[in-house]
Amino acid sequence: MRDYTEEQLERYSRHILLNDVGVEGQERLLDGKVLIIGAGGLGSPAALYLAAAGVGTIGIVDGDRVDISNLQRQIAHFTKDVGVWKADSAAEKMRAINPDVNVIPYNKYLFASNIKEIIGKYDFVIDGTDNFAAKFLINDACILGNIPFSHGGILRFDGQTFTINPNESACLRCLFDKPPPPNLVPTCSEAGVLGAIAGMLGTIQAAEALKFLTGAGELLNNKLLTFNALDMQFRTITVNKNENCPICGHNPTITELVDAEQAVCDLK
Amino acid sequence: MELTINGEVKVLVESKLTVVQLLSSENVKSPDMVSVQLNGEFVERAKFSETTIKSGDELDFLYFMGGGR
Ligand SMILES: [Zn+2]
Repeated sequence: MRDYTEEQLERYSRHILLNDVGVEGQERLLDGKVLIIGAGGLGSPAALYLAAAGVGTIGIVDGDRVDISNLQRQIAHFTKDVGVWKADSAAEKMRAINPDVNVIPYNKYLFASNIKEIIGKYDFVIDGTDNFAAKFLINDACILGNIPFSHGGILRFDGQTFTINPNESACLRCLFDKPPPPNLVPTCSEAGVLGAIAGMLGTIQAAEALKFLTGAGELLNNKLLTFNALDMQFRTITVNKNENCPICGHNPTITELVDAEQAVCDLK
Repeated sequence: MELTINGEVKVLVESKLTVVQLLSSENVKSPDMVSVQLNGEFVERAKFSETTIKSGDELDFLYFMGGGR
């Protein structure tokens, strides 16, 4: 076991006090490697909480720069950061919260050509992206690479998330076999999102990553958690693995990664 | 018939409906984007028009959410 400094024992004392975490759990967090894809509405709170928790290595990926319209919900970015790479901006805050953490920013988007190499270095992935193509790409790369991940999606007042244990629990394609055609997607200008929804969902995803690393509790495997903030109703729907799933079913038709047509909706 | 749709009990005048008819009578927007679970099993999209719903069935309509930033 590592030698904790007085400061570390203090910093992590509220984790160490938890029976389901303790010193061993904190040790696993400090040894853990989590990749957050997207440094936006979901990725910001996830990144801040995982850094605060002392997850030892956190990669954060985003190929975009901070825009003033992001600040309503993307809480890792401050007004002074407009124009800065989002991954760099988030990394600065994460390091300021906790110097124990090795933060690796990637100022780029992930594609079929580069995702495998990057996600392969991590124990767990958080999908905080904002478009169908990226969400399916992350699903496929994690299933083929056998890396557990948290799926998350938000729209207007709604959010939903579940956690995928590749080939053991239902994946995104078990639920939705392919990305909806771009002409069926509500256009970006039609959509909006209540800022705090991103925080609600991103922190659930962060909690799943912490539970995965420490082994505490039960993950949202085969359980789709959905909520609507207007009536604050939460619902957990049991979703089962689909034997016809094109990537994790009995006769998979997807055996390598391809880039789907982008239907970007960054909810500005 | 009585159905449980997304966790809520609903009473419908019809005694039998296909998935397609149910999506339409429930005014589901963009039915092409909805995944349907019937009693815990996914219904293949190609079979929406031939799969019939009967009283007591539990259904979940799942919508893909693509946002995150
Ligand atoms: Zn699957």
